[in-house]
Amino acid sequence: MAEEFAVRMVNVTKTFGHVMANNKVYLELRKGEILSLLGENGSGKTTLMNMLSGIYFPDEGQIFVGGREVTIASPHDAYALGIGMVHQHFKLVDVLTAAENIVLGLPGGVVVDRKAVAKKVRDICSRYGFDVDPDKKVYDMSVSEKQTLEIVKTLYRGAEILILDEPTAVLTPQETEKLFAVMRNMRDDGKSIIIITHKLNEVLAISDRVTVLRHGEYIGDMDTSKADARALTDMMVGRTVTLNIQRDQPVSPQRRLEIRNLTVKDKEGVVRLDDINLDVYAGEILGVAGISGCGQKELLEAIAGLQSAVSGSSVKYRPTGPDGPAEELVGQNPRTIAEKGVRLAFVPEDRLGMGLVASMTLVGNMMLKQYRAGKSPLVDRRHPHELAEQIVRQLEVVTPSIDTPVRKLSGGNVQKVLVGREIAAHPTVLMSAYAVRGLDINTSYTIYRLLNEQKKAGVAVIYVGEDLDVLLQLCDRIAVLCGGRLSGVLDGRTATKEQVGYMMTTLEHKEAGI
Amino acid sequence: MTQLISLLTSAIVFGTVILYGAVGEIITEKSGNLNLGVPGIMYLGGIAGLAAAFFYEMHAAEPVGAIGLVLSFLAAVAASMLGGLIYAFLTITLRANQNVTGLTLTIFGAGLANLFGGSLNNLAGGVGQISVAVTSRAYRAYIPALGGLGNFGKLFFSFGFMAYLAIAIAVAASWFLGRSRVGLNLRAVGEDPATADAAGINVTRYKYLATCVGAAISGLGGLYYTMDYIKGTWSIDGTAEALGWLAVALVIFATWRPLRAIWSAYLFGVLYWAYNYITGLSRGSVELFKMLPYLVTILVLVAVSMRRSKESQPPKSLGLSYFREER
Amino acid sequence: MTNHEPLIHIARRDGMAWWRAWLIRLAAAVLALIVCALFIYGLTKLNPVKVYAAMWQGAFGSARRSWITVRDASILLCIGVGLAPAFMMRFWNVGAEGQVLMGGCATAAVLIYCGRALSTPALLLIGAAASIAAGVLWGLVPALFKARWNTNETLFTLMMNYIAIQLTCFLVAKWENPKGSNSVGIINQQTQAGWFPSLFGQQYLLNVIIVLALTVGMFLYLKYTKQGYEISVVGESENTARYAGISVRRVIIRTMALSGAVCGLSGFIAVSGASHTISASTAGGRGFTAIIVAWMAKFNTFVMILIALLLVFLEKGATQIASQFHLNDYASEVVKGIILFFLLGSEFFIQYRLRFRSHTHQKEAEA
Repeated sequence: MAEEFAVRMVNVTKTFGHVMANNKVYLELRKGEILSLLGENGSGKTTLMNMLSGIYFPDEGQIFVGGREVTIASPHDAYALGIGMVHQHFKLVDVLTAAENIVLGLPGGVVVDRKAVAKKVRDICSRYGFDVDPDKKVYDMSVSEKQTLEIVKTLYRGAEILILDEPTAVLTPQETEKLFAVMRNMRDDGKSIIIITHKLNEVLAISDRVTVLRHGEYIGDMDTSKADARALTDMMVGRTVTLNIQRDQPVSPQRRLEIRNLTVKDKEGVVRLDDINLDVYAGEILGVAGISGCGQKELLEAIAGLQSAVSGSSVKYRPTGPDGPAEELVGQNPRTIAEKGVRLAFVPEDRLGMGLVASMTLVGNMMLKQYRAGKSPLVDRRHPHELAEQIVRQLEVVTPSIDTPVRKLSGGNVQKVLVGREIAAHPTVLMSAYAVRGLDINTSYTIYRLLNEQKKAGVAVIYVGEDLDVLLQLCDRIAVLCGGRLSGVLDGRTATKEQVGYMMTTLEHKEAGI
Repeated sequence: MTQLISLLTSAIVFGTVILYGAVGEIITEKSGNLNLGVPGIMYLGGIAGLAAAFFYEMHAAEPVGAIGLVLSFLAAVAASMLGGLIYAFLTITLRANQNVTGLTLTIFGAGLANLFGGSLNNLAGGVGQISVAVTSRAYRAYIPALGGLGNFGKLFFSFGFMAYLAIAIAVAASWFLGRSRVGLNLRAVGEDPATADAAGINVTRYKYLATCVGAAISGLGGLYYTMDYIKGTWSIDGTAEALGWLAVALVIFATWRPLRAIWSAYLFGVLYWAYNYITGLSRGSVELFKMLPYLVTILVLVAVSMRRSKESQPPKSLGLSYFREER
Repeated sequence: MTNHEPLIHIARRDGMAWWRAWLIRLAAAVLALIVCALFIYGLTKLNPVKVYAAMWQGAFGSARRSWITVRDASILLCIGVGLAPAFMMRFWNVGAEGQVLMGGCATAAVLIYCGRALSTPALLLIGAAASIAAGVLWGLVPALFKARWNTNETLFTLMMNYIAIQLTCFLVAKWENPKGSNSVGIINQQTQAGWFPSLFGQQYLLNVIIVLALTVGMFLYLKYTKQGYEISVVGESENTARYAGISVRRVIIRTMALSGAVCGLSGFIAVSGASHTISASTAGGRGFTAIIVAWMAKFNTFVMILIALLLVFLEKGATQIASQFHLNDYASEVVKGIILFFLLGSEFFIQYRLRFRSHTHQKEAEA
């Protein structure tokens, strides 16, 4: 009975500090099947797979490979068991060729037999329909080529069980099709494959079975043939949880930001944000929903002057309403934006790497945005000092003193310091990215309260979030991004979780009601 | 013609010194360690070789050149590896800053070498008296039949064996980095230690070995300098240090490629000595001429950064320490 | 991640009381002195205690010696002060040697060409300005390339040193006096035009005052000015700097101009205030030693005073033992190297905590 399973994970638990990433999770992978591991961001999919590939070691639980209980303490162990994982962040050396990357660290003769390697690579390629040039340098490769190389690398090392972590996140639809084709070839050859994803259409298109995780717990599995998008969404997002977040009706909302034809390309020229048209109103909270990496970061950074946008893009700031004067924000930088009197507050996703200076004290960090004020060449330390004390007092920041480097504070306290500073500048627009990620319940509610206060004060608040329950209960409107495009804007009071979840994964809804 | 030949031969002797230094440093830098202690290591290699030969010649009744040669060679390798080991221990195990550690090694190496060099001079009976003629002759021996083949022989066969060994080591280093499995792993360590680590490569061991072996090769440059370039003597004039920095410059100029370092080293030699063969230069202009190797190195450095050609960049993790927990 | 978890687990410390950190550094210095003593004993069979006593004599044995020690320490300190802003920005300016030389050359040029025409105060003002300009130029070139093309500044500034050295040699040949001596000789020996004047009968007091003023000034600049704040933000995280609206390029260029300026001024002090001549050894490796001073002081210019004094003390002391015990001067470099090795290594024990793997943990890892 047991041997028809390639992998069985039973009651696997993993905690990081106080966070339970996986709680008694069950997973089975049959031989020669493609299994989708489905779940929202933060549902524990990658953590679970990292335990299978030897990156993490489980706190509790058993892992069976081929019917035998095993211990996987390192990626090396995983390879020995025939398990190979392709991570989201590729582990490739840029200046080496494909073949060189494949044989990196492998035992063997003094000289790498390039011909033999190339031949074996070509064998693997022709067998499954990959397209890898063994002599091509990684820096010359597109993202999809790199991904292919990673898969070939695992096969070269003898993997029978493949784990792909959100492989389609970086691919175009055509490349996704190609990937699916080779995945089917591998399955038909007897390989067992787990694909981590949160895209329903892909689950339905590629997998034989699907296992669903939610908040680190095993929800269930089913044959894909018996599943449909609605049923899977329900399993993935769960029943609506009432959070009792306060939400007042916006008082006379006025259009404050007009985003028109906003298109952003990254350094490699890949379009990250595609022709976004969106209005942001003063006195409301606009939620931004989407799978991670669908353009949320670019949207906020383009508004803040940290990302350059393609010409033709426009973000107009209207301090006094739709008929008042306007400032164009595209083409500016944070400094010129501030100098124009636009009071823009931004709580970025990377709190310690962007929003704060990790090694500086609370006081030092309070100065970050205001240190320029005044004509004196000296920095004013008195006001930041008072501000730091005020934030520590009002937001109950736990810190030894206001002269402690923020690096030493816990995540929740770091966020309080950051949000506190941004709000203290009396913004007219407040943008936040994943403001409650990693925070405990109490701190999260503190953040919600602060955002609501800002809304009441007539600030235009943008809340980029990943927890749909929060988005639905906090925000007045929700803009849903999908693959860098706006898939629609919903009314936060009437939208359902399924609706949002569906729009996050599919791009057919257009202008679902502004 | 004679002038040209003599320019080229002195350029080759000069180039050989810095070729050793540069090839050693290339190996070291390929592991991600920027060792600015090259001049110090060359000093260490030079003085150790000289001291070994000196004591051998002093104590042996009838010194044999070959024995002196072997002894001094081994001593040079051991001393310079020790220098590399100090650097490796401080930067890899104790995680000290690479630039500062390298500069300190240069101060230390130069100090130790000149201290001993001075003492040896004293032992030998006064400043400039030290000489290991027998051993030095062995280093400079060439096959007379070939060396005597007119200009051709002078240009290709009139050097001691270390001039050819330098080329051989550079070629071997090129093969090692480009073709061998260990060299491949080493390059991965210098480019992206986290990926190398994930691929099962022992990053620490690779860094240690590359640094020590690289230091040994660099140290041979110092040995060649004392035995051949200044013919088995010792002088405290800072030339060795200047040559050490030129070796660092050569690494950049050759864009981390040992084969390219060969001809670049000789080119540096030509640039350095060219003033001797241009008539009518004032002593001031001579000094300006000596600037050329550094100037062209800067031009190469700038061109490389402007072109952003992936092939010519320094190893990506150059100068950075790698700690697994701090990723 | 590997099968074999290391026996010793190394973790970054959250911080350490300042006095404990200094205790560790002191222990390292003492350990280094013991090693040096063994080294000296092994080399010369001399009583190391006597040798150290002689070193003290050499550095502080008389008022004149003390003043020379202080004079040389102040130049080293001045260069370190110049490097502080660059290092705080995480810009590896290893080109101080060249910047100092260029500053020295500019000063020498002013003294030579204007020595008869102008009064000493005017010469000093112009010399200072010229040396600053020369230092700025030498610092700016690598900074511009770093800011625009991200050219590796460590290698660039390193090469600039040698260009400066050759340029100095060229100028020495041009200005040589008397002809054929291959040295510039003492500039304005008779008139002493453009030399630092004695204050209160002390020849080198002005040097010390200028350098101390710079030390205090740089400390205040880095700690209390808006520009200093920008430097520390850029040094910590360019991402945060951009977020805060700081132009990273501008800060790099401005800070390197400042760094070059102070290093150039060190050249002015070395020429006008100390040697009254110029040669390729006017900087004398101090540009490199100062890197170590600045780095070990962690950008705190007051701590630099201590380290600079320590290093110059070693240098002077070793010169003394060299003449007294017939060693040569380079003993000081060896002692310096050993002490620096130990101090560099000691930082590890300040920043990291070692934990030995417990047995239960071991079992789990191997289970």
